[in-house]
Amino acid sequence: MSESPVTSSNYGSNYGLMAEFDSAQELVAAAHRTHVAGYQKIDAYSPFPIEGLAEAIGFHKNRVPLVVLIGGLIGGLSGYALQYWVAAITYPMNIGGRPYHSWPSFIIVTFEMTILFGGLSALFGMLALNGLPMPYHPVFNVPEFRKASENKFFLVVFSSDPKYDAAGTRSFLQGLSPRMIAEVPS
Amino acid sequence: MATNLQIPVADRRAPVIEPGHTFTTITDKISNIVLKRPISIGWIFGFLVMFSLTNMLMVALGYLFIKGTGIWGINIPVGWGFAIVNFVWWIGIGHAGTLISAILCLLRQTWRNSINRFAEAMTLFAVACAGMFPLAHMGRPWLGYWLFPYPNTMNYWPNFRSPLVWDVFAVSTYFTISLVFWFTGLIPDLATLRDRSEHPWVQRLYGVLALGWRGSARHWHRYETAYLLLAGLSTPLVLSVHTVVSFDFAVGIVPGWHTTIFPPYFVAGAIYSGFAMVLCLAIPIRTIYGLKDFITERHLETMAKVMLGTGLIVAYGYGMEAFMGWYSGEHTDSFLMWNRLHGPYAFWYAALLACNIGIPQVLWLKKFRVSPGLLWLISFIVLVGMWLERFIIVIVSLHRDFLTSSWGMYYPTKWDWMTYIGTIGMFLTAMWLFVRILPMISIFEMRTLLPEAHVHEAAEVEK
Repeated sequence: MSESPVTSSNYGSNYGLMAEFDSAQELVAAAHRTHVAGYQKIDAYSPFPIEGLAEAIGFHKNRVPLVVLIGGLIGGLSGYALQYWVAAITYPMNIGGRPYHSWPSFIIVTFEMTILFGGLSALFGMLALNGLPMPYHPVFNVPEFRKASENKFFLVVFSSDPKYDAAGTRSFLQGLSPRMIAEVPS
Repeated sequence: MATNLQIPVADRRAPVIEPGHTFTTITDKISNIVLKRPISIGWIFGFLVMFSLTNMLMVALGYLFIKGTGIWGINIPVGWGFAIVNFVWWIGIGHAGTLISAILCLLRQTWRNSINRFAEAMTLFAVACAGMFPLAHMGRPWLGYWLFPYPNTMNYWPNFRSPLVWDVFAVSTYFTISLVFWFTGLIPDLATLRDRSEHPWVQRLYGVLALGWRGSARHWHRYETAYLLLAGLSTPLVLSVHTVVSFDFAVGIVPGWHTTIFPPYFVAGAIYSGFAMVLCLAIPIRTIYGLKDFITERHLETMAKVMLGTGLIVAYGYGMEAFMGWYSGEHTDSFLMWNRLHGPYAFWYAALLACNIGIPQVLWLKKFRVSPGLLWLISFIVLVGMWLERFIIVIVSLHRDFLTSSWGMYYPTKWDWMTYIGTIGMFLTAMWLFVRILPMISIFEMRTLLPEAHVHEAAEVEK
């Protein structure tokens, strides 16, 4: 899992530094500059998905499609296997003289099971990879962060970053001209 | 002159969102309906009416479970009756929600952003109503789980060659995936409600439901992938559900059922009635809750066009049925057409043609597409027409088939009507609660409609 663990042992007295921005453009630019400056343990928060923001903080590995593919395959194969086992092996019935393994009749349930398992793995796979549900997270301790689900944009440098040092990182973030900078208590 | 030429064609149409909105006004406007708006007398009155109808449904079902399906009008030769008519009607209505949320998402139709949330809610409630009918029709609904394959002491298994078993899988998958899609879309909005509510218990409620969503860029990235994949999976699903429902009929040999046109014609009819229901709900809601900025004239007009298009496909289906009745040379098939036109249910067949084919043709005129009152009326007529279509398909086909000696008539009883009207009450009770408990328009997707949400576009505007 690429999520930074939320255990206090990795962090000092604070969890990181948070900078607030007014617009999506400023956030993407700031995130990009922070990443280029060599910070790795950073995250950006926005009230809606922003194109290019994940790339700006250096996040590329997205395993959701793989999870959905595996889920869909498991659903489809198990659906077909169940029907074959029932109709041809354990409970064979002569229906209008059709062969026991009458595969065209099995397509629909196979299809539905593919969609069912694929869809469920899309939701639960996405949540698991995101480390959700997680009711508590240190970023919620900053009062201004409430606006992250409304109209404000945030960048956080975590104190677990090797390059992090309280004073230096603060002055670096200051250089990005944010609206405000706040310490995230751990 | 030159500036005029640069305006793209799309901009000359009515906007998807009225100008002047910002992230804050969008958030306020939608979330305040849930968090701030006081409960009006009208809402309470409407709720009481709908809740009474739901209770009528409970009485009808309770009596059914005591006495059995004999209280309904069904008998041989018409064994399917209202239960199947209503099942197909409700499940068809559900289709518009998935079409709007999945297919229009893949086609990048941004106007869907302001109607997809409540259309999806409508889908869930409609499928819930639909699901009750086959269960009640079984006679012993407490044994409904026998439909599913599970190891049991009776050593029996379902027959996977039966369309009725396919239907169990299709409808239950459809409900589950619609719920998953709806909930996935709700997560970021539940976080917005959590952050904006003031009462600690309300905060906790939305906080638990939001699963700790915090809008991280990594999360959004995976979220968007998951949402797109769900849309991709739901697209064939929505087309398959009514196809499988039509197999319930088409695989049988009854005249009027045994035809290959059923799958596409059922799917088009489903979308037709579904959009009619969306319009029937959206037109009053946008007025009552002041959402005309978000559900604009453009939305009404586009939905009216979809109705017109799918209605024409349905008309083609009727035409083809009549043509095949003649062209097949089958006596039973041509008799079925004669019986529809001149038999005891001829009035209802004429009403069906008027409601589904005749009256909706006024939608060719722009005046009818953009006038909310007239459009509401036409949508209502289409809903009635689509219900009549299922009535004609189920009852007229069954009541006079091959054996003249076993012909009969079907008359619904008061219990049939109470069950049907009761499900309408249950559906509207659920909608009534939904508009006050959850954001009925997707807040985060509405934010993405603003130009400042797009990094590149906004940069160009600044230049």
